[in-house]
Amino acid sequence: MTTTQKVKFYQVGSFAVGNRLLEADQRTVQSDASRSNSLTSGHRACQGCGEALGARYVLDAAMRATAGKLVAVNATGCLEVFTTPYPETSWQLPWLHSLFGNAAAVATGVAAALEAQNRSDIRVIAQAGDGGTVDIGFGCLSGMFERNDDVLFVCYDNEAYMNTGVQRSGATPPAARTATTEAVGPDPGNLFGQGKDLPVLAMAHGICYVATATVADLHDLESKVERAMAFRGARYLHVLVPCPLGWGSAPADTIRVARLAQETGLFPVFEAEHGAVTAASAIRHRVPVEDYLRLQGRFGHLFDGSGAVARPDIVGRLQQLADRNIDRYHLLEGGAS
Amino acid sequence: MLRQIEGSKAVAAAVAACRPQVVCAYPITPQTHIVEAIGAMAKSGELTGCRFINVESEFAAMSVAIGASATGARAYTATASQGLLFMIEAVYNAAGLGLPVVMTLANRAIGAPINIWNDHSDAMAVRDSGWVQLFAESNQEATDLHVQAFRLAEELSLPVMVCMDGYVLTHCTERVDVPTQQQVDAFLPPYQPRQALDPADPVTIGAMVGPEAFTEVRYLAHAKQLQALARIRDVADEFGEAFGRRSGGLLRTYRAEDAEVVVVALGSILGTIKDAVDELRDRGARVGVVGITSFRPFPLDAVHEAIGVAPRVVVVERAFSIGFGGVLSTDVALAIADAKARVSTVVAGLGGRAVSEASLIAVVEDAIAGRLEALRFLDLDQRAVERELARMAGDRRSGPSAENLLRDTSTVASGSV
Repeated sequence: MTTTQKVKFYQVGSFAVGNRLLEADQRTVQSDASRSNSLTSGHRACQGCGEALGARYVLDAAMRATAGKLVAVNATGCLEVFTTPYPETSWQLPWLHSLFGNAAAVATGVAAALEAQNRSDIRVIAQAGDGGTVDIGFGCLSGMFERNDDVLFVCYDNEAYMNTGVQRSGATPPAARTATTEAVGPDPGNLFGQGKDLPVLAMAHGICYVATATVADLHDLESKVERAMAFRGARYLHVLVPCPLGWGSAPADTIRVARLAQETGLFPVFEAEHGAVTAASAIRHRVPVEDYLRLQGRFGHLFDGSGAVARPDIVGRLQQLADRNIDRYHLLEGGAS
Repeated sequence: MLRQIEGSKAVAAAVAACRPQVVCAYPITPQTHIVEAIGAMAKSGELTGCRFINVESEFAAMSVAIGASATGARAYTATASQGLLFMIEAVYNAAGLGLPVVMTLANRAIGAPINIWNDHSDAMAVRDSGWVQLFAESNQEATDLHVQAFRLAEELSLPVMVCMDGYVLTHCTERVDVPTQQQVDAFLPPYQPRQALDPADPVTIGAMVGPEAFTEVRYLAHAKQLQALARIRDVADEFGEAFGRRSGGLLRTYRAEDAEVVVVALGSILGTIKDAVDELRDRGARVGVVGITSFRPFPLDAVHEAIGVAPRVVVVERAFSIGFGGVLSTDVALAIADAKARVSTVVAGLGGRAVSEASLIAVVEDAIAGRLEALRFLDLDQRAVERELARMAGDRRSGPSAENLLRDTSTVASGSV
């Protein structure tokens, strides 16, 4: 099936603005020709990969914030696999991959070693997908949080185990079809009432900085990385990164899908310090969840062939989740705490 | 410096003298006294330049050590038993990455049934991980092996595990010559990493390797173990010159020259075995001992030479491969495959069961008389086993075997009897 999409030179309705219209000091790190390119081109990510985009922005922003004194620790997963097919590497910063579930603890070790060597000017980032964060890596992550180790942990959340072929994780949303939550039976897809809200769990540790972001607002993502690097101690950044392969969305729609996740209220974008929310990004064009769901094959069982809602009960429950987030984070009121 | 000291504390003092920069601690019996003592030294200021980290699991302990070692810091941790099994993925990873972490393994049985006492099942479970595994015979050797371990690990970019028997050594107070700071500083140079995470020279560590090179990478790990065979011997010699006592090396023999029966073993049980051999020699039996210090790499040639032409070999093991038999015995049999000796495995001392000199003497006398089977479980209560087997055969819902056995033997009353 061939689909066509109109190409727009300006992202109408997004309030995004071209860098050339901004003052030099307000432009993104990516607009700077001398950026570090920490995750350089030539890697093997899929077309439209949200994780590759997110990681590039996060690391280059962190590199700028630390004047290039940065070490990255990576959990097993897509980001690790598509960047380091032996003997090649896309990483232009010191980078260590150990295991799936231990990125936070390995990063603790790196930070401890730097401190023991009086090199605390060098900062540490750990990065993992949602499986390596909310599931198998959570024990080590929680330990790193409670000890307040000087590490920024970044979760690139694409809401399932994509590297192994799209299986459910603790971050998979209700009703989503994965290879282990098939769209069959009376409750198709992932079940309601399950899953972990990692940003909230991170806040519960009382750590100095927790933030969420999406790859739809890259300027916001960069500023949160910069903010995170201004703190010492355990910090957590949760970035929503659509996965065209796993979500069944068009590669060209990665940014759009991420934006709709925020504008529906399904993915609240906010910042918190020491356990309390300090700011939330307001929804400027509120849209119903079905606008977000309809773009994704993983929710295809909620619609009929013509695109009309076939399971209003399930879509209604998802709308309730979005409404609850809007209420909880005051997303229609300019964000609040 | 001569001290009357608990084994764990002597090891802690030796590790501290090695100036570790990152020590990660998670409690598990019988290892805990070691990290407690290091923690106290780090906190009091007696041990400087060390980050002591209380982690949330053994898996995290080894993972923190991996991160620290990859950043060029000298890293140490200690564990035992279930703890080693919980960290096993990271244990393999440290070896695969070629990181010179040093770890004490306070040898303890593995459950179920849960058991906190000594045997070697834990060490055997990571036999193939790529770590150097050195077994201490005494607390003096356990102490000294740690100083040698850092030297070996860092020279070869290999992790080294010092195995010391839980309780028998860790909790035993005896005279130990504890290395001084000056002695250790003269013996152990600062760590010069082969690879390190450094923004001034960025490297990628831990890339994915496919079939095109995996065999070669794995072979290099084997080649390093073979290099370790030579270095373990040399480092022990250098240690002997510097400290004035023999510790470590590949193996040690005791009255083995003309032996008709050679008893082979690892760890602290060698003390009892030597007493048994002295007694047997007094009775005129030609019996000797080969105590193996380096279990991995396994010194095939040295074992071959040490056993020589002895027609009977008895391997006393504090672990076994369930469904097969001896673990160490298999290695010993391979070392002397061309010698036509009869190799018997004696499984002894599981889960802390005492191994008496009398039982060992009886085993050797059976070996001399040709009565020792290929596999014997020392002091096995055959009646208790048969009773439980009969119970299982007669009753589908015969219940948990461990509890049945305890009830039968009336050793412990677990609830109402």
